[in-house]
Amino acid sequence: MIELSGVGRAYEVGGEVLHALRDVDETIDSGDYVALMGPSGSGKSTLLNVMGCLDQPTSGTYRLDGREVGSLTEDELSEVRRHKIGFVFQSFHLIPRLSAVENVALPMMLAGVSVAERRKRALEALETVGLAKRADHRPNEISGGEAQRVAIARATIMRPAILLADEPTGNLDSASGATVVALLEELNAQGLTLVVVTHDPNMAARAKRVLLMRDGRIVNRIAGSELSETLHRSKVLEATP
Amino acid sequence: MTGADFIGFAWTALSRQRRRTFLSLIGVTVGVAAVILLTALGEGARIYVSQQFEALGKNLIIVMPGKNETTGFSGVGGAPNDLTLEDAEALARQVTQIRELAPVTIGESLIAHQERRRRSTVLGTTEAMKSIRGLRVSMGRFLPEGAMDRGDAVAVLGADIASELFGNTFPVGKVVRIGDWRTRVIGVLESQGTQMGLDLDEVVIIPVASGMRLYNRTSLFRIMASARHHGDLEVVRRRITEVLTDRHEEEDFTCISEDSVAGAFSQILTALTAALGGIAAISLSVAGIGIMNLMLVSVSERTPEVGLLKALGATRFQILGVFLTEAILLTTGGAILGVCLGWLLVQVLVAVYPTLPATPPLWAIAMVVATAFATGIFFGLLPARRATDLDPVASLARR
Ligand SMILES: Nc1ncnc2c1ncn2[C@@H]1O[C@H](COP(=O)(O)OP(=O)(O)OP(=O)(O)O)[C@@H](O)[C@H]1O
Ligand SMILES: [Mg+2]
Repeated sequence: MIELSGVGRAYEVGGEVLHALRDVDETIDSGDYVALMGPSGSGKSTLLNVMGCLDQPTSGTYRLDGREVGSLTEDELSEVRRHKIGFVFQSFHLIPRLSAVENVALPMMLAGVSVAERRKRALEALETVGLAKRADHRPNEISGGEAQRVAIARATIMRPAILLADEPTGNLDSASGATVVALLEELNAQGLTLVVVTHDPNMAARAKRVLLMRDGRIVNRIAGSELSETLHRSKVLEATP
Repeated sequence: MTGADFIGFAWTALSRQRRRTFLSLIGVTVGVAAVILLTALGEGARIYVSQQFEALGKNLIIVMPGKNETTGFSGVGGAPNDLTLEDAEALARQVTQIRELAPVTIGESLIAHQERRRRSTVLGTTEAMKSIRGLRVSMGRFLPEGAMDRGDAVAVLGADIASELFGNTFPVGKVVRIGDWRTRVIGVLESQGTQMGLDLDEVVIIPVASGMRLYNRTSLFRIMASARHHGDLEVVRRRITEVLTDRHEEEDFTCISEDSVAGAFSQILTALTAALGGIAAISLSVAGIGIMNLMLVSVSERTPEVGLLKALGATRFQILGVFLTEAILLTTGGAILGVCLGWLLVQVLVAVYPTLPATPPLWAIAMVVATAFATGIFFGLLPARRATDLDPVASLARR
C-alpha cells in the first residue's frame, strides 16, 4: 500500500527553488489501477519516481506497506526496489548488448538467483508476454512494442507488488500500444498494483482511478468510468452535425 | 550477484567495444612484456655467470692470508701470520676430504728469450693446479710432480706468451729469463682465455718454491683446494679452518668456497633484475591511467544503464563491482597477453643469442600479474565510484 502525506519535491536550480511536487496526499491500495494525467512538467514522473523509491521527497512522508521510506538506508532502498517494485519506461531502457532473455534475467542476477533458474524463469516470462521466439534477439533486432513487452517481463520477473509505468505506450503505435496496455491490465487483474503515467485520455479512462496533476499538485481525482463517459459524450457531440 | 556474474557482465561490455578494449589492453600488454623480457635478460645474465663459475670447478675452496680483507684490520696482533708452504702441506695431509690442493704465489716480471721480452704475470704453483683449474697443455708437459718445496728451474708458458717469445720456433726445452732467473720451458698451455680475472694465455707458471724464492716471499698468495665431493665443500671448509687455526693459534686467514663468490654475484644480479623489472613495471601505471580514461568514458556513456541497474535494485556494491571488474579484467587480461608476448620475445632472443640462457623468473611473472591486478583496482576505483554516485533519476532521463 502506498501512502503519501504532504509529499513535496523541491529542486534548487540556479538559486531558485522549483517545486516539482507540492503537498501531495494520496493513498493507493494494493491491486489498484491508477492513471496519472496532466500537462508536461506537472510532476507526474517525479511522483512516480518517489513512489518507486528512486527519488526521495524533500518534505512530507511516504509510507510503503507501512514502512517509512525516508528512514531506509540506501541498501534497504535497493532491496525495496528489487523485490517490491517494477519499473516500465517510455524508452524501454533495455541494455542494448544483452539479448532479450538476458535483459529479463537482469533483476534475478542482482537478487542472486542461480544461473540455471534465471534462464528458465526468464524464458517463461518471455513466453507469457508472447515473445518466446525473440529470446535470443538483441533489443535493436525487435520492434518497439516487443521491446516494451520484454521490459514488462523484466519489471515483473521478481513478482513485485507494484508496477510503475511512465508513458509505457508513448513511443509505440496504437496497435502495439494496445497490446502493451492489455498486458499491463492482465497483470493488474492478477493483483498487481498498477500506476500508469499517460497523456492519452483513452488509456487513462481504462484505469479504476484517474489523478489529474498540475504544477506539482493533484488537482482532481475522478473514476476511470467517469472519464470514459465524458470521452464518449464528447465523441457523440463531435459526431452530431 | 556472484563473482562469475560480475565477470560475465563486464565481459559483455568489453566484448561490445572490441576496438577500445583492444587499445587499452595493448598498453598493459606491452608494459608486462617489457617486464618479462627485462627480467628474463637479468636472470639470463645471472645464470650465465653462475655457469661460468661452475665451469671453473664447483668444488673449489680458496684460502687467503688475513681475516676478512675488507675491514682492513686483522686481529689484535697486527700483521697476520704468513700462509706458508708448511700450512699447505699440513692441509693436504690432514684434511682427507681434499682431492687436490695447490699453493699459489703471484708476481710480475719481465720474461725474455733472446731479444724478445714482455711483462707477464708469474704464477707459482704445483702440478695439482692442472686438475683444479682444468688446465690443458698443448706442447711438452705441465709442472713435474714432487714435494712442494722442490724449486726446479722450469716454466710452463701461456699460449700468447709462447707465441710472442718464440714465434714459430718450438719453445719446449728452450731457456727463458724471468727477471734474472734462468729457467727452461717444459710446456705450453692450450689457449683457454680468462678465468677468474686471470688471462691464462698471458701467464707464466713456475714451481711454487721457485716463485717464493724469486719474489722473496714468506707467505703464499692463496691456497686452492678441491673437495672430493661437492657435498663435502662445507666440511672441507670447516676442517681447513680448524687445522689452520690450530697451527696459527688464531683465525688470521679467510677461507671461501667458490659457492659463496658465485652466490654474491648471483645476489647482485638478482637485485639488478628486480630493479629492471621495477622500472618496467612503472610503464604499467601509465597503462593504468589509459584504462582509467577508458573507464570514465564508459561510465559516462552508460549512465542510463547505471540508472536502470539502480531502478532494478542494484546495490552500491554491485554497481562498484560491475565497473571495477571491467577495469581488473582489462589489466589482468592485458597482463596475461603480456606474459605470452614477453615469453615469445624471450624465445626469439634465445634463438638469436643461444649462449644467453634468458628465461623470465617465476617471481617476476607472479609479481607482474599481481601488479596488473592492483593497477586495475587502483585506476578502476575512481570511475567505478563515479558510477556508484550517479543519481538514478537523472541517469535514466539521459538518453
Ligand atoms: N533534476 C531536476 N532539476 C530541476 N528541475 C527538475 C528536475 N527534474 C524535474 N524537474 C522539474 O520538475 C518538474 C516536474 O517534472 P516531471 O518530469 O515530473 O514532469 P512530468 O509531468 O513527468 O512531465 P512530462 O509529461 O513532460 O514527462 C518540471 O518542471 C521539471 O522541469
Ligand atoms: Mg514525465
